[in-house]
Amino acid sequence: MADITKDQVKHVANLARLAITDEEADYYADKLGAIIEFAEQLNEVDTEGVAPTTHPVPLINVLREDKPVPGLDRDLMMKNVPEHEDGMVKVPSILD
Amino acid sequence: MTNFETIIGLEVHVELKTDSKIFSPAPAHFGAGPNTNTHVIDLGYPGVLPVLNKRAVEFGMKAAMALNCQINQETKFDRKNYFYPDNPKAYQISQFDKPIGEHGWIEIEVEGKKKRIGITRLHLEEDAGKLNHTDQGYSLVDYNRQGTPLIEIVSEPDIRTPEEAYAYLEKLKSIIQYTGVSDVKMEEGSLRCDANISLRPYGQEKFGTKAELKNLNSFNFVRRGLEHEQKRQAEVLLSGGIIEQETRRFDESTGKTVLMRVKEGSDDYRYFPEPDLTDLSIDDEWMERVRAEIPELPDARKERYVNDLGLPAYDAMVLTLTKDMSDFFDATVGAGADAKLASNWLMGEVSAYLNTNQKELGETGLTPENLAAMIKLIEEGTISSKIAKKVFKELADNGGNPEQIVKEKGLVQISDEGALLKIVTEILDNNEQSIEDFKAGKDRAIGFLVGQVMKATKGQANPPLVNKLINEEIRKR
Repeated sequence: MADITKDQVKHVANLARLAITDEEADYYADKLGAIIEFAEQLNEVDTEGVAPTTHPVPLINVLREDKPVPGLDRDLMMKNVPEHEDGMVKVPSILD
Repeated sequence: MTNFETIIGLEVHVELKTDSKIFSPAPAHFGAGPNTNTHVIDLGYPGVLPVLNKRAVEFGMKAAMALNCQINQETKFDRKNYFYPDNPKAYQISQFDKPIGEHGWIEIEVEGKKKRIGITRLHLEEDAGKLNHTDQGYSLVDYNRQGTPLIEIVSEPDIRTPEEAYAYLEKLKSIIQYTGVSDVKMEEGSLRCDANISLRPYGQEKFGTKAELKNLNSFNFVRRGLEHEQKRQAEVLLSGGIIEQETRRFDESTGKTVLMRVKEGSDDYRYFPEPDLTDLSIDDEWMERVRAEIPELPDARKERYVNDLGLPAYDAMVLTLTKDMSDFFDATVGAGADAKLASNWLMGEVSAYLNTNQKELGETGLTPENLAAMIKLIEEGTISSKIAKKVFKELADNGGNPEQIVKEKGLVQISDEGALLKIVTEILDNNEQSIEDFKAGKDRAIGFLVGQVMKATKGQANPPLVNKLINEEIRKR
């Protein structure tokens, strides 16, 4: 059943750029395993002949006309930014 | 490359020329001050909802159709998760299993040989912000580009040489440019290309391990990067080595590819259907409306120029390099100009003028109507080709009506035999020596005399007529 391994937890943490300890990885493996197991109950539903649902709301083609509005005020935007320089957001250098 | 067959596939990103972004109403224009075109939707603020830009969908559809793709009429968007500072949302909205277009192709020609290159898919997605790396251990991000609509066009691994890759890009760019959905300017980043390349021994079916090339900032660099990579991989393989799956960067200064990183396993983007957007359903009527907006594409125009207008293949190729030029040519012919003369003027004087002045056709005083009218004046003998160059310059600089320019500046060609005869007689009277030279068998004397007449008439005399008159008159002496 839904066994989440410690390695899987570490992998996902790495993808999210989260530093976690070994102990935390054990802890989350347990917790996430339980959550997945809970969700897996859905597998018991017979979906034979049912088209996959990608959206719970029965709406299609919600579209907007191509009309621009002025951008967000930069000073306002920078209030949510830890550090900035020359109108740009300062981030640690990460080599691609 | 005698031992190995080269397999190349290209991934091209094209920025769509919409006024606003794909999921937010922020302006989507190149060149604004940093972080002045952002929007809470693109920045991923809590509680915001993206709404799809209708024109972005239509532009994507149009490009897909022009590239002979089948349109997925029931389509949707997906969330591609990745953590990188160029994207504050930590995911990109893209299309995963139902791209808007699939199974397309374009035809290229290399060394006279035509070949069809398949297009696996074309999907819509949003662009990310731009990272400016400093040398002080940090980067500066401008999020203006975040949310700009993109199409990603993935080719089949049908390309076999760097030359074919180059031809594919040229053709792709030309088709997209004609559809008008993008500026396709590599220097402004509205067209970007990554290349996958691998080698395999001839006869082997399985593909070799590929390398992905990045930082290819011009079509020429794509070609050079592939040439270098082809050589490098062959050397590694021939010396018994193994190609690692890796990402390599093209170094413009050395012309070599440099290792960026080795790829371990496949990328783990954990795609899932984008819950904040509804599905997209494209009915036949919408599709046909968009299809009707696609202008005649370059290959069809080339064919028409050669078959219907009788132009040489070379002319057809040059005239269709840009849609601007081709449209202008069509309109000039439509305004009554002879096709070959219009072609000569557009490929010659007009192109030279645009190059010298670094202008686009629309920025000059030229119109298809005034160019056609000028060509007519030449055909009717009202002005000589030499005078036409003066008229042309005036038209290109300031616009206007060629007949009027010719009249106002007194440039009308003198074809009145009586008037010319008077001048010819005068010139002959004043050049006894030339007449003697002619009688002594020096035919060159005629040329000198014609020159004198042209000088006396400021170049306006009808040259064939002057020639005829001088020949007649000189014999009477």
